[in-house]
Amino acid sequence: MRSTRDRRIAFVMILPSLFLLAIFVYGFIFATFQNSLTDWGEDRRAGSAMAAARQSGFVGIDNYRNLMTDALEFDFRTSMVNTFFYTIFFVGGCLFVGFVLAALLDMRIRFEGLFRTIFLFPMALSLVVTGTIWRWLYQPVGLNSLPERLFGLEPYSFNWINSRKRVLPFDWNDVPLYLTYIGLFILSILVFNYLIKRRWGAMGWALVIAGVLGFLQGVDFWTTTVWPQTLELDLRAFTPDAPPPGPEADMKGFQVALTGIIIAAVWQMAGYTMAMFLAGMRGVPDELREAARVDGCTELGVYWRVVLPQLRPVALSAMIILGHISLKSFDLIFAMSGKDNFQTLVPGIIVYSAFDNDRFARASAVAVVMLVLVCTVIIPYLWTQLRERRD
Amino acid sequence: MTAYEMRRIAMRGGIYGTLVLFALIFLIPIYMTAVTAFKTLPETRLSTVWNLPTQLNFTGFEQAIERFGPSMGNSFTLVIVATIVSAALGSMNGYVLSKWRIPGERVIFPLILFGMFLPYQAILIPLFRFMNDIGLYGGIPGLILVHVVYGIPITTLIFRNFYAEIPDEMLEAGTMDGAGFWQLYTQVVFPLSVPGFVVVIIWQFTQIWNDFLFAIFLTTESSQPITVPLAILSGGREQNFPMMMSGALLAALPPLLVYIVMGRYFIRGLLAGSVKG
Repeated sequence: MRSTRDRRIAFVMILPSLFLLAIFVYGFIFATFQNSLTDWGEDRRAGSAMAAARQSGFVGIDNYRNLMTDALEFDFRTSMVNTFFYTIFFVGGCLFVGFVLAALLDMRIRFEGLFRTIFLFPMALSLVVTGTIWRWLYQPVGLNSLPERLFGLEPYSFNWINSRKRVLPFDWNDVPLYLTYIGLFILSILVFNYLIKRRWGAMGWALVIAGVLGFLQGVDFWTTTVWPQTLELDLRAFTPDAPPPGPEADMKGFQVALTGIIIAAVWQMAGYTMAMFLAGMRGVPDELREAARVDGCTELGVYWRVVLPQLRPVALSAMIILGHISLKSFDLIFAMSGKDNFQTLVPGIIVYSAFDNDRFARASAVAVVMLVLVCTVIIPYLWTQLRERRD
Repeated sequence: MTAYEMRRIAMRGGIYGTLVLFALIFLIPIYMTAVTAFKTLPETRLSTVWNLPTQLNFTGFEQAIERFGPSMGNSFTLVIVATIVSAALGSMNGYVLSKWRIPGERVIFPLILFGMFLPYQAILIPLFRFMNDIGLYGGIPGLILVHVVYGIPITTLIFRNFYAEIPDEMLEAGTMDGAGFWQLYTQVVFPLSVPGFVVVIIWQFTQIWNDFLFAIFLTTESSQPITVPLAILSGGREQNFPMMMSGALLAALPPLLVYIVMGRYFIRGLLAGSVKG
């Protein structure tokens, strides 16, 4: 039997690590959250904002409210929209390329090791190195001139990382509306699903949530659009120059300048996705594939009907890992377009800029938003991963 | 030749063709980096930019070494010390968590793991002030401390999963012979740890070498690791591309060598990052 004394030693040996993490992770998160509720003494500060003498006042959720609505804080909203598009295209690109590569490598080919090495090596590089290299490729003499060199075609003039163009425009004020639409869409799929499976209880809940969402949107529409418009009819008679009702438009969209960064990021991480998929595919028993072939499945059919459904958990893991990486992105964007480039701004860069512009309270609020976003994908993930292992 | 065989050959050809195409696309950036690094500045003009250099030219490399040499030295100091310390710490934590019962383990372990996914922006500002307060801001020792602390989650996870494979009976046998906590570690667990150490050391080596976020926040010019001057140069308006590509090669080489020589272990560390043990 192991003695109590040894158990005590074991506990003591792990204590320093626990202590360090308690301070460096949880203590500092708490400090950041606390800072985000203050003004960091910006109004009455003495000297540098990092000076110990500063007096910061409690301002509640003002920082967060400003981030979401203040006209001067539009750059934060741009950074959120950029992160959104970046995440979608980066994760989608990695999953697609990673799956294709894994499927090809899984077909009992020769030189598998060599190909795997080639597809995975970008993972070993620093994001800074990747950024430096791709920035060179995006110079006018780089990729744009390749079709000309290879096939004698006209050179492209695509602006990979400097474009000022914005596509898919939308107004930030409509975001709640879009979120409602997306929510209702997902709920309707769920309801349909439950209907088929005859799970009435779950269906009822989904319908209730959909009803609440729809009601809230209706109230919002009434108070922000219908009501002011009827009021305005009266107002217009007296003040013809009155501004249009509702908040000022805050136009956002997909910044084309992100394209180059997304491609570089996919180049770096597609191999990692491939490795995850490949590990998953090797886990699918050969008998299962054989059985499908015997039943007359084509090679493609085997993938579509047998392998793909088995890969769902792997794909989900990959989505979560890649998604949380893109939410945190900083290095690559810093190296490729610098810290002052508004077109490719992300929250990680805003936090960095606090050290230039002394706006630490606002940066803390941005950091908390980042943390919350990462938590919404990571906590359920950790939960299921650890539960699975215990079973 | 039957129709079946022909279809089979066509399909094989298609598979290899696609793979080779992908491989070429993946290698284009490296090709460009390598050829540019050995060119003179005029040779990076449109007409010759995709060609091999007419002769190996080391001007870019010399400039890069002059510019990045000191920071590369910093990188090596940082990486070697931080990797060794965090591997030792991780091994101890993994040993305790896999072979000894700790009160509250079911809560503690997920709390440790969360540190792996933490967006470091969420702790940067307090970290910066803390390092200032304890006088470790701006130097390599401070950066080592930070990498060791935030490396605890992943190193602990890898070692814990690794030690879970060591049968408990081996430790029980040791206990019968009167071995205590330390003897079990030094005589049973540690001698079996070599592959675990290799995975963790490779992982931490590449992670710390490649880190930019902590480096740019916590160092001053004299203590910067190589990623900082490279990123600043790259994000700026520098047009001396042979020098920049040489710098990129210098920064890429150590982790790349590790990857090529010990790829198998590197991938194990990579997949460990997606948690499942």
